[in-house]
Amino acid sequence: MTARTAFAVIAFAAALIAPFVVHSDFWMGFLITTLLYAYMGMAWNVLGGYAGQVSFGHAIFFGTGAYTSTILHISFGLNPWLGMVAAAVAAGLVGALIGYLSFRYGLRGSYFALITLAFAEVFRILANSFEFTGGGVGLYVPLKIGWWNLQFPSKTGFYYLALALTCLSLAIGAWLENSRFGASLMAIRENESAAEALGVNAFACKLKAIILSGAMMGVGGTFYAQHYLYIDPTIAYGPGVSVEVLLVPIIGGLGTMLGPLLGSAVLHGAGELARRLMGDVPGLDLVFYGVLLIVMVRFLPEGVIGLLRRRHKPGAAHA
Amino acid sequence: MLEAKGLTKHFGGLVAVADVSFSVPEGKIVALIGPNGAGKTTLFAIIAGFTQPDAGRVMFLGQDITFMAPHRICALGLVRTYQIVQPFGALTVRENIAVGAHLRLKSRKAALAFAEEVARQVGMGDVLDRAAAVLTVAGRKRLELARALATRPKLLLLDEVMAGLNPTEVEEIVQVIRAIRDSGVTILLIEHVMQAVMSLADHAYVLNQGRIIAEGHPHAVAEMPHVIEAYLGHGAAARLRARAGGAA
Ligand SMILES: Nc1ncnc2c1ncn2[C@@H]1O[C@H](COP(=O)(O)OP(=O)(O)OP(=O)(O)O)[C@@H](O)[C@H]1O
Ligand SMILES: [Mg+2]
Repeated sequence: MTARTAFAVIAFAAALIAPFVVHSDFWMGFLITTLLYAYMGMAWNVLGGYAGQVSFGHAIFFGTGAYTSTILHISFGLNPWLGMVAAAVAAGLVGALIGYLSFRYGLRGSYFALITLAFAEVFRILANSFEFTGGGVGLYVPLKIGWWNLQFPSKTGFYYLALALTCLSLAIGAWLENSRFGASLMAIRENESAAEALGVNAFACKLKAIILSGAMMGVGGTFYAQHYLYIDPTIAYGPGVSVEVLLVPIIGGLGTMLGPLLGSAVLHGAGELARRLMGDVPGLDLVFYGVLLIVMVRFLPEGVIGLLRRRHKPGAAHA
Repeated sequence: MLEAKGLTKHFGGLVAVADVSFSVPEGKIVALIGPNGAGKTTLFAIIAGFTQPDAGRVMFLGQDITFMAPHRICALGLVRTYQIVQPFGALTVRENIAVGAHLRLKSRKAALAFAEEVARQVGMGDVLDRAAAVLTVAGRKRLELARALATRPKLLLLDEVMAGLNPTEVEEIVQVIRAIRDSGVTILLIEHVMQAVMSLADHAYVLNQGRIIAEGHPHAVAEMPHVIEAYLGHGAAARLRARAGGAA
């Protein structure tokens, strides 16, 4: 067993017993948020990190997922677990739509980023004005506690679900790093026309990536709605989620398997620390994110994982 | 194997390629030469599907590929390299070549193994784990060649793979290209290094201002007065002849 697998096994074991050790609801909530964002950070990472298609509007998938399962549950009594599947499908479809429109017409870089931002804003405004989304008032998920109803009696249930999602996201990262699909995405990120010259169908690959990314975010949206039992247009489609899911992999390490997990831990850990030190000033988190982003891009462009790699393999080729 | 008929491409008012027809027979090395800005790279871009011609057709293995997408043309067995090298900078040499290898191999393991094999074939066996971004010019040129080769092409389009190399490196790459041809791959190459064209090519086309002005055996075209003029300017052939006469 290498040091790396040993470390992975210990970390996983620690994650499994955490709920028996951590008794405060606050810290359980902290862990759940960290894991959920590790998962959603990977969702963003599939498209932004591996395929290099940076999105500023990933909340569109998150919000679509949250509204899909919640509306289906309230209006048609659909079980939220099935709602979670429906959320993945709906968010994946939205991904297919945005991807088709953007990639067919060759939108790249900041143009693509702005299109995603614009789409998320449009959805936020629509959610604000329709009745079936509850308009600006939002929607309350009816309280019916029970695991079959995706409402757990304590934080522990949500914790394990978030842990499972995080493990799923790590598996997806590992798959991308060891598959043809992942290799194609990275080639597209590095140089799209060179990739096409070597037979990569860039349009199809980017479309698949945005569908996978969107579907993953949609599941995150359902998780959020079931956990907090409430959503409104700003929570669902506002810039908060969009910014956080892109910060997480940027901080941890873009286009890497462990980046989102590390990034989420650092982001939420440092965020909590800042709150403790400076109190709960409104808007402080946004200032904090901004500063963190500038520091990361300036001093650690490869993210936390780049720092770890440099430590472990001095002189190794990681450009 | 490859047949181009009446290809024309305008960029605004500029005619980059004008009514160009030529063919590449299977198993041969054909050279495309001509002065800077003659339209050679544009011609490659049209053949490989990156640029749409205003007129004309490209046939490959009896199939019309004129408006086909680049990745589909590549899948048919026609691959190009870039004059301005386009490495996947953050990936290693092995990973770069594996992108090409994946065209025919789904398994990651098989693609990486094949990439290693191809790297040795072009003399990159000892830089497999180096990031492409840190390679020298010669290394990057080889990487372009290796990635293309890893797609197992039937026809390989090489755009100035020798530019910027020293004579030893040119000699090495000439050997590599000859070996590729001997393994059954047909080659169309753009090259300014005339000694390489002479020693490699079975046939040469000369492009000037978007038009083919001569074709034939490389030695023969290099002697043609209007080819020399295209390169060296009007009256150059006469001056050379006069000088040669004076020296004799
Ligand atoms: N995308 C483009 N837009 C406008 N003009 C272009 C474009 N691509 C090429 N050209 C012009 O078309 C002409 C032919 O260019 P091309 O690159 O094909 O020449 P070349 O024969 O490959 O030259 P070199 O030997 O310098 O590589 C040049 O005048 C060039 O400036
Ligand atoms: Mg050129």
